[in-house]
Amino acid sequence: MELAKLTCHELLDLIGAGKTSLEDIFDDLRKRIGQTDHKVRAYVRNSQTENADVCPEICAQSILKGIPVTIKDNICTEGLNTECCSRILSGFRPPYDATVIRKLKEAGASIFPVKANMDEFAFGSSTENSYFGPTRNPWDVKYVPGGSSGGSAAAVAADEAVWALGSDTGGSIRQPAAFCGVVGLKPTYGRVSRYGLIAFASSLDQIGPLTKDVRDSALLTNIIAGYDPRDSTSVDVEVPDYTGALVKDVKGLRVGIPKEYFVEGIDPEVKRTVEDAIQKLKDLGGICKEISLPHTRYAVPVYYIIATAEASSNLARFDGVQYGYRSLQDKAKTSLIEMYARTRGEGFGQEAKRRILLGTFALSHGYYDAYYLRALKVRTLIKRDFDDVFKDCDCVITPTSPTPAFKINERIEDPLKMYLSDLYTISANLAGIPGISIPCGFTKSGLPVGLQILAGSFREETLFRAAYTYEQSTPWHLQKPEL
Amino acid sequence: MKYEAVIGLEVHVQLKTNTKIFCGCSTEFGREPNSQVCPVCLGFPGVLPVLNKTVLEHAVKISLALDCSVQEYTKFDRKNYFYPDLPKDFQISQYDLPVGRDGFLDITVEGGEKRVGILRVHLEEDAGKLIHKDDISLVDFNRAGVPLLEIVSRPEMYSPEEAHAYLTALKSAIEYLDVADCDMEKGSLRCDANVSIRPRGERELGTKAEVKNMNSFKGVKDALAYEIKRQIESVENGGKIIQETRLWDAKNGKTFSMRSKEEAKDYRYFPEPDLPPFVMTLENIRKIKETIPELPREKAARFIREYGLSAYDAGILVVNKKDAEYAEECMRAYPGENKKPVVNWLIGPLLSEANNRTGGGELTALGILPERLIELVGFVQAEQISNLTGKSVLTDMIDTRESAADIIKRRNLIQISDTGSLETHIEEIIKANVQSVESYKQGKTGALMFLVGQVMKKTQGKANPKVVQELLKKKLA
Repeated sequence: MELAKLTCHELLDLIGAGKTSLEDIFDDLRKRIGQTDHKVRAYVRNSQTENADVCPEICAQSILKGIPVTIKDNICTEGLNTECCSRILSGFRPPYDATVIRKLKEAGASIFPVKANMDEFAFGSSTENSYFGPTRNPWDVKYVPGGSSGGSAAAVAADEAVWALGSDTGGSIRQPAAFCGVVGLKPTYGRVSRYGLIAFASSLDQIGPLTKDVRDSALLTNIIAGYDPRDSTSVDVEVPDYTGALVKDVKGLRVGIPKEYFVEGIDPEVKRTVEDAIQKLKDLGGICKEISLPHTRYAVPVYYIIATAEASSNLARFDGVQYGYRSLQDKAKTSLIEMYARTRGEGFGQEAKRRILLGTFALSHGYYDAYYLRALKVRTLIKRDFDDVFKDCDCVITPTSPTPAFKINERIEDPLKMYLSDLYTISANLAGIPGISIPCGFTKSGLPVGLQILAGSFREETLFRAAYTYEQSTPWHLQKPEL
Repeated sequence: MKYEAVIGLEVHVQLKTNTKIFCGCSTEFGREPNSQVCPVCLGFPGVLPVLNKTVLEHAVKISLALDCSVQEYTKFDRKNYFYPDLPKDFQISQYDLPVGRDGFLDITVEGGEKRVGILRVHLEEDAGKLIHKDDISLVDFNRAGVPLLEIVSRPEMYSPEEAHAYLTALKSAIEYLDVADCDMEKGSLRCDANVSIRPRGERELGTKAEVKNMNSFKGVKDALAYEIKRQIESVENGGKIIQETRLWDAKNGKTFSMRSKEEAKDYRYFPEPDLPPFVMTLENIRKIKETIPELPREKAARFIREYGLSAYDAGILVVNKKDAEYAEECMRAYPGENKKPVVNWLIGPLLSEANNRTGGGELTALGILPERLIELVGFVQAEQISNLTGKSVLTDMIDTRESAADIIKRRNLIQISDTGSLETHIEEIIKANVQSVESYKQGKTGALMFLVGQVMKKTQGKANPKVVQELLKKKLA
């Protein structure tokens, strides 16, 4: 049996029925990683963790029975390297677990000891900006897996992981999920604790699951969601059992289709595939109608001001004083400022430096009002667009990304083009609302296309219901890449 | 003088809480370096701040005591700058929505009353402490994240004395609230000063220098006096004041330039995204207001009203809350309308004993119960012992914890006012000091005091000097 190909809920059923054991699951996963990861490179390969052995604590009574979960390299795991795929955090082993990790352990999950690759500090949409080198798309290794949670998405798609956690600041879970043909959820801002997530943009970041199907997504969300007194931005709203929302029924579901998302810039194949998916939902009983999100065109500029401003401050602490990389130099001859400059100059990659500079500029005296303050105001308008829409829509459906996966190196020299691949996902972060990406077909060349469903704050159940109904009525999630 | 100085003070007060402002670490002073730290106050990757609610309450309390308007909606901001004592390389502070603003503090200076405006009161976290050793620098993060309240005055003080009076009044008011220790030597109260000069009569402010590194109230006064003199001399010699930060060097009694404004930093303030804004309801503000006790100036006014104290005496007695309460107990217990005798003892011998014995000069630290003090004052007032003997009894009381009556009995100190028994001693002294007697008779009145002294000596201080003097005058007439 190829256990690595199965979803978590399928594995749990097998364990429950006594048909497999945790050791078998780990063996099969290790075998699969050994066979395919030299092509995909979903996992971070650094000297400290390369030879780490998998030794799960088996808890037969727990919910997850020791089944491993793969973790993005920016979520703190006690004693396990957590480096944000940056040289500046090389060798960093957190002295504490992120709240999501603690919750997973309490639910009986094994934390997979090798972290998933990502764009450095989650800065990117292709996982090419990793200090450890790029991850490749399992459907075609000449293509990027998307990003920044590209390692998590590719590992799940390539059956190198049962399931995984990623983080989403402007689409970093949903876009790679779309590129790799898996399910990716960005929960409502405040639904999942950010404690232990190494911050990119604090007001936008959210941790979420990348899974092989919608049921696993609901299952993993059940475990990680909830108020955390350690995160003042987490919200004390009751967490329902999301698996209860997995009902194959969208009759009467009011679906908004924003006209601004189907105009120029969208790839014709993506457009056709998503339109087919919308037709499918109509056939299943959904009531689809065109809506407008008038401030959509400001989302990308607003995002790149707010996100980089927050990032420039969040990343200040990587200064060589306490942890991570410090430039080796002649101490006696080096001033403090030089130590900072060299450490950060050598420790950060190009995209990190670009965003720190952008953010520093946006917050500078004399520019703050024109950039940061203005961006905050437009952010409110974008949020209001969604508030208005959700008055008479249950959810909104869009493509996850304007294009399917692009080739490695295709956009790396053109940051503006790279930034546009998050065109459809950014608004949900600015508005704080939840969004899910599910597979909805393939291009002629065999690359997956993602369908994005958005709902009002704390309406994850609506997302799961719509996503589950569509998934169970289509074959896309059952297809596997050939590696 | 042709110039007047203009002074504004920025005072940082360390708030008294068990734990730090954004994490659960202890705030205890003087522990082993880096023993009171956690990932949060060390600014480790991924951590988030959670506000200690007591800190906000303390800040509101101080703001209200300083007659500030308290903001119902308050938020935190990040102040960004790089320094090794700042774990996150930004400080969580408050920028445009401080806890309190537009208050005032009344001070007494050179007998006059004066009101100094308070511009703003805001919360922030403290940084760690750098220790330089030879060619290496070490950081102690125990202090990182300790809650600080910054109180910014308006530039409305015009002399070092006014600045000193402001600091004293501020410290006193805050101590009454029991929310901070305000010990400048321990660093739980810190003060920076903005100083400028302008020609008398001029309304525009001159270019200011910021003076830092003053470690005592006296240091503030000395540094300001030096800096004002320096600026005036500089201008009079045709120089120009530049905007800069200067450090006070207490050892050499000088300020020296640390950095000029051209090198000043752009702190890139922006709202702290990890802490949602806090809403203080009017109800909560009212509840906190109810916990504010009678403040020093109110207490002084009441002492004047109820106990007939002079403004000067009342001002001294109310500086420290515990002492003021002690003084009031003493005054209440003291019989009669006129409280002056006991007040004189409090601000005289007791205060000087307190200053000699405890650095802080706290009356309550002497351990003299009010009824014991009243008893002592009673002996003096009844002229059973002299004032001088009384002071020595007080010293004894503090050392032995015995009552005045016991000490007087043990040391046999009751004054001899009985003329019969004194006359014998006086006769002997007159016989033994013929020369002095002659001098007195020739009009040298000083000689009389010498003879009184001799009688006092002979009676081991027990003779009532007034009676002795009267008797001597009669005998030598």
